[in-house]
Amino acid sequence: MATVAAVIASTHHPFYYRASTSTGTDRPPFADEWVAKIEAFRQTLTRARADVLVMVGSDHFHQLWLDNMPQFLVGKAPFYDANFYNEEREFGLPRMFVRGDEELSGYLLRQGMDAGFDLAFSNELRIDHSITCPLITLRPETDLPIVPIYTNIFAPPLPQPGRFVELGRTIRQLVESWPSDKRVAIIGTGHLSLELGGPRQFGPHGPDPEFDRKAVGWIASGDLESALAEVSLESLWLPGNATHGFMDFMLMMGVAGENVKADYVDSLDLFHTMEAYFTWYPEASA
Amino acid sequence: MSKYLLNKFLYTVDRDPELVERYRADPRGTVAWWEADRANLILNCPAGERSTWLTFTDAEREALAAHDYVKLFELGAHNFLTLTLFIAMFERDYDEPLGFQREYARKLSHFSLPYPDIST
Repeated sequence: MATVAAVIASTHHPFYYRASTSTGTDRPPFADEWVAKIEAFRQTLTRARADVLVMVGSDHFHQLWLDNMPQFLVGKAPFYDANFYNEEREFGLPRMFVRGDEELSGYLLRQGMDAGFDLAFSNELRIDHSITCPLITLRPETDLPIVPIYTNIFAPPLPQPGRFVELGRTIRQLVESWPSDKRVAIIGTGHLSLELGGPRQFGPHGPDPEFDRKAVGWIASGDLESALAEVSLESLWLPGNATHGFMDFMLMMGVAGENVKADYVDSLDLFHTMEAYFTWYPEASA
Repeated sequence: MSKYLLNKFLYTVDRDPELVERYRADPRGTVAWWEADRANLILNCPAGERSTWLTFTDAEREALAAHDYVKLFELGAHNFLTLTLFIAMFERDYDEPLGFQREYARKLSHFSLPYPDIST
């Protein structure tokens, strides 16, 4: 059976690429500290010696649209082109190209449906910065095949937070039952408190530092009970109008397991959002 | 209320570099053309199989024609779509990094929770 070599949860900040590659007067004052934190975080994936990456993210109205919106979708393709014109325009993100692992995609789709998730699929998926940002931060060589999994954290009506956790648990079980000798890293990105297109956007720190502090604690300690008790589709509007992306962190808590402490925890308070980085090594705790 | 159509306008303009410039330069003309020619195209269907029923309300049409992102927020247009397109059009007019984004926030500062519903 396959091995879950690492479980990694992270924010995905589209400004990282530009901040980390800029020089001279264009380089923002926070860039060096950010790069140092990312390079340390990258080591946590390198150390896991993964062969395949399952990558959980969310399309930001790029390929998926309101006339046909899936809640959970698995990419099943041999290759993925990546990043879109408006991400190039706003964030300076490069066009990218990544191999896919169709066998694992097919396995997750078939077994996922049989486990109670009627997953949508795509045989031609262009992935966006929710998946390319963690590639840039964690595996800039983009030499490993991926299985992209998209969740809808964006276009209400959304699935309930508990459903994200449940999907995470299911992904973990399915990867562990995949008849393969490969080492799989499961990586997912979301947000802490975040406001976009609202009055609290782009402030001196994230819109709700208290939520961020609690959320980092829940994730670091695997405290799904508190997270599920305090978080609802309604409550997530309060910390910021884009905070439903936290449900992808909850999905990753489901992957990591209840009350399983993260082996690596780091965060960085940026000017309008808190960055947070977590890695678990299931083999060590097995 | 046709929040879906507002979002469709923002989405289809945002993904097309020529339309972004056209909407910046001639908002009223672009909105009129788009509503007449594009509003009913189903994005994954041939043009002959277009919808027949989608129109803006007067308030929606005027908000788009006036580049009035505060009104779009009030009408429940998707916050991410409005922000992304308006950054593309107007960030260039500000000297400070994030200058436009901060002004955008200030202009919305009279809104308190709960914000207008963006569900479609």
